[in-house]
Amino acid sequence: MIKAFKKIINRIFRNVFAKKKHVKLGLYGPPNGGKTTLANRVCHDWIGEDMGTVSSMAHETREIQIKEQINIKSKGKEITFNLVDTPGIATKIDYEDFLKAGMKETQAKKRAKEATKGVIDAIKWLDDMDSVIVVIDSTEDPYSQVNITIIGNLAARNIPVLIVANKIDLKKSKLKKIENAFPQYKVVGISAKYGNNINDFYDELFNLFD
Amino acid sequence: MLILRFVAYSEIENLTSIGRIRKLLNIAKEDKIVVLQGKLKKEEEKELIKATMEEINFEFKGIELAVIEGTPNDSTGFLRLKQSLISRVLGDRQGFTIIGPASIVKEIKKNPKKIELLTNDMNSKRKKRSNK
Repeated sequence: MIKAFKKIINRIFRNVFAKKKHVKLGLYGPPNGGKTTLANRVCHDWIGEDMGTVSSMAHETREIQIKEQINIKSKGKEITFNLVDTPGIATKIDYEDFLKAGMKETQAKKRAKEATKGVIDAIKWLDDMDSVIVVIDSTEDPYSQVNITIIGNLAARNIPVLIVANKIDLKKSKLKKIENAFPQYKVVGISAKYGNNINDFYDELFNLFD
Repeated sequence: MLILRFVAYSEIENLTSIGRIRKLLNIAKEDKIVVLQGKLKKEEEKELIKATMEEINFEFKGIELAVIEGTPNDSTGFLRLKQSLISRVLGDRQGFTIIGPASIVKEIKKNPKKIELLTNDMNSKRKKRSNK
């Protein structure tokens, strides 16, 4: 009873807080899912600038990046948030993978070290988010434990989640498979790179903040 | 040689979250594949990934992790409630957790009905180590 009452009070406070201040919207997911591409798309669409560097090599984003006060307006609705782009969460990092991608040994070892730190930081920040977009590569297996662990932790803390199935422009993309893997969540398929379905994504963003 | 180490839930039942993570990670770091009866808490799974990252070095490359749920996602409300009550009383003994060192387990392919564990070529790993 007390617990339920506390929950209601927390929710009221959270809503009041969310309306007064800028909420933190986190971008989470495994490496190379397209988090930074999506962050760049959002920033470009609403504030006319990019957020971070994008690369086909995993762990390009190794530090938390924040773009403050992004204001989105659509159909009479308005939301303002701080967008937090996080390093991809992985359970393994091998510097030899960076060597294979053409890096020199010292550079590869440095990147691996930074990548492990990035994952730790991303995990530490997870509980601080007000809402989270989990970005999943729709050409990959959605049942990866990283996806399940991230979403499970957010659910345990009642943090609202929107799943973005990215890279729908690719032939191998299987949006239905992602929808089937997470039936209790809203899944929106987009191509962050080319902007396919991006308006549906913004509509879902409003729903996430409601 | 591939070594599987079965860990009964009773072995971790009375440990703290840190103790559970330490125990499982230490086995994986001995190049053994852990098959745990039951599941860790979601918070513990997250902490396991964090602890793994803290320990990655040139020898230990991390882990492959997969959790097989005991109750299917499409199970009915009553069955879910029953399982939830059992878990509260006896701990999360349903399902399995597989933790394999990344140097041995290349990938764990999972879908709701089956799980496949793909291993790296052990000979090439040995060759690599002897070259160091």
